Amino acid sequence: MKALRQYLDKIKPKFEPGGKLHAFQSIFDGLETFLYVPNTTSKVGTHIHDSIDSKRIMSMVVIAALPALLFGMYNVGYQNYAAAGHLADASFFDLFFFGFLAVLPKVVVSYAVGLGIEFAWAQWKHEEIQEGFLVTGILIPLIIPVNCPLWILMLAVAFSVVICKEIFGGTGMNIFNVALCARAFLFFSYPSKMTGDTVWVASNSILGFGYDLPDGFTAATPLGEIGVGANVPYSLSDMITGFIPGSIGETSVIAIGIGAIILLWTGIASWRTMGSVFGGGILMALLFKHLGMTSIDWYEHIVLGGFCFGAVFMATDPVTSARTHTGQWIYGFLIGAMALIIRVMNPGYPEGMMLAILFANMFAPLIDYYVVQANISKRMKRLTKNNK
Amino acid sequence: MANVIKLRKGLNIHLKGTAAQTKRVVGACAEYVVRPDTFEGVVPKLVVHEGDRVDVGDALFVDKNFPEVRFASPVSGTVKAVERGERRKILGIRLQADEVQKYHDFGRRDVSSLSADGVKNALLEAGLFGYIYQLPYAVSTNPQTMPKAIFVSALRDMPLANDFEYELQGNERDFQTGLTALSKMATTYLGIGKNQKADALVNAKDVEVTVYDGPCPAGNVGVQVNHISPVNKGEVVWTVDPTFVIFFGRLFNTGKVNLLRTIALGGSAMASPMYVDALIGTPFSVILKDALTRQEDLRLINGNPLTGTKSCLEDSVGVKTSEITAIPEGADANEMFGWIMPRTNHFSTSRSYFSWLMAKKAYDLDARVKGGERHIIMSGEYDSVLPMDIYGEFLIKAIIVGDIDKMEQLGIYEVSPEDFALAEFVDSSKLELQRIVRQGLNMLRKENA
Repeated sequence: MKALRQYLDKIKPKFEPGGKLHAFQSIFDGLETFLYVPNTTSKVGTHIHDSIDSKRIMSMVVIAALPALLFGMYNVGYQNYAAAGHLADASFFDLFFFGFLAVLPKVVVSYAVGLGIEFAWAQWKHEEIQEGFLVTGILIPLIIPVNCPLWILMLAVAFSVVICKEIFGGTGMNIFNVALCARAFLFFSYPSKMTGDTVWVASNSILGFGYDLPDGFTAATPLGEIGVGANVPYSLSDMITGFIPGSIGETSVIAIGIGAIILLWTGIASWRTMGSVFGGGILMALLFKHLGMTSIDWYEHIVLGGFCFGAVFMATDPVTSARTHTGQWIYGFLIGAMALIIRVMNPGYPEGMMLAILFANMFAPLIDYYVVQANISKRMKRLTKNNK
Repeated sequence: MANVIKLRKGLNIHLKGTAAQTKRVVGACAEYVVRPDTFEGVVPKLVVHEGDRVDVGDALFVDKNFPEVRFASPVSGTVKAVERGERRKILGIRLQADEVQKYHDFGRRDVSSLSADGVKNALLEAGLFGYIYQLPYAVSTNPQTMPKAIFVSALRDMPLANDFEYELQGNERDFQTGLTALSKMATTYLGIGKNQKADALVNAKDVEVTVYDGPCPAGNVGVQVNHISPVNKGEVVWTVDPTFVIFFGRLFNTGKVNLLRTIALGGSAMASPMYVDALIGTPFSVILKDALTRQEDLRLINGNPLTGTKSCLEDSVGVKTSEITAIPEGADANEMFGWIMPRTNHFSTSRSYFSWLMAKKAYDLDARVKGGERHIIMSGEYDSVLPMDIYGEFLIKAIIVGDIDKMEQLGIYEVSPEDFALAEFVDSSKLELQRIVRQGLNMLRKENA
């Protein structure tokens, strides 16, 4: 290990201003801080620091998303083999490996395009690489249908990283959730690749795994079927374990639940936001059911579609959510309620989680403004009272 | 029964090298160095020249803006040299001490019969008034301010902090006299911790005693002010370190200035952590002779690890030197894969580490920042360790953008940089919050001048 450190120290000057490889300094820095905790010591202020840093936090979120990713891979295989009618003679390995081959290119493309832009941008701005995209990069493949072509995924990632994040100033400054922006870009630019009944089940075999499905094969998501008034052919246990068509990572409540436990336990996600999203969703679902506007029960609304995934991984993004405790309650509730309103009251969109979260992202600064303003008013009142 | 205020927010950090309650006395040394910049916010103007003779208590320098505020010499002797830095800034006044100390006699006084002005003038005359600090701005105050209250916090709860109850032993009478003197000038509040049982604290007279029950920073005087009498725009409260209350008491009881203070020597790089008695101005090189376990890779701190200043052996005892802390610097640590390793010997508030399992474990932390500086990403980090009715994160943002109106509205007059020390510790974005707050306070002080 010492040799590695010595080697890095030896080549470091080449990347510094004036060095031959200065154009790649941000890549070198990124690699060095990935390998070693920076040795920088404090200059002013506290002399000791908590060991938590942005890298560790982002790594934890990625770890929390892994169960959903792994299950998503398995489910991609499961759906393909089930559609082809060969579920019985396929092993666990067949299903998983087919899904792995179908999903991996999306993860690779997402990271390659996003990190590429991040590195170039950091170099251009002479800043350190920010770790935000580590999370975004894994969330984007999880929220798209498995049949989404790679080239439009590239476009979406590039769009969201540049337009929704970097021009605002990078991680910590963006207004809208970057991963959801990528999805929204796809949703509105390429609706035929994002919705409907042909995108949710992988339809071609890969390297001998899986089956080519017939051209006319269709499979809608349960919410899609409910939207057109059809009955849902899945049991509640399938909905909870996740053996249903849907975006890659959103189907399994159990896998998402493991992620939620990791995020809440490490304190990275706000339990207020997450709880409040569920609260808002459940309350609205009960209300709609009571009014006879929806055919399914509240718990089905919660376990179907992207509700859980959005509540756990998207709504809790600290940058784009409300930052005050009171604000987080309101913000979360708004998401939960809005997602149900879009699902039930809007005939065009069977799912509403993405739009609800983007909508609430927009309102988060306003919510915080009023919460902070209450504190300010209290202080002003004290001042005028004392001056009387 | 004293009023009890319970605080929930905050964080106690246990570090290796807590000072044992034994004391050694640093005897007289040949040279002392008084450093004016240890008094925050004072623009020093020398009133002595090289070669001048001074007695203990004679003024060495005054505040340029308030010349009546004099700063007493801790020893008698000759002014050997005046050290200056850039733009002739006074860095230190080097004094050659007499073998037999001569004291300027200010005359004993019975504080109970003194008026507010009597106390104030006595402190001004003896060069001790500058030890009184104030909120807003957290600077050394001036005699023209009219405090609505005076706050003394006898609770020191920062990591490796000097235990005031230990310092108080033998100084009880002077402490009480000092409190009585302060109470002549304004209502005086004494804040103590729930574990402090010393009679001189619990039953202190002429002051309102409040017990603060909660983790660090319950001992911060700013936090205590915020809970009892928050500072509004235009108001001033005075804050006095309990050590200086003893200084004041000694003045009235003996008629002499005696700037002997008790200092905790702590930290994992201290050979035997303990207490010492030393005069203001005593060079660290004398105090720390043979006291350190290492000379290289050493972070020496004038004060505690959260609020102290980076120091060296040439430094000397000053206003904030209630502790001298020595920890490893860590500049050659080269720790691998910090973003994923379990790092069981690290302390963190995050449960992605295991320190939550070992609440009582004392840690050996070095001076590394342990991460790169980022924009503020996580929410609620600052507020979790700031037990004040203030939105810390929003205040910090207002200061960063220099929005004076917002700073006022969000309560900048109520805070001092030390109140953000824990927030700076826990901050995953690694921002220098204390520097930012000081910058904001200076901005407003200039604006309101």
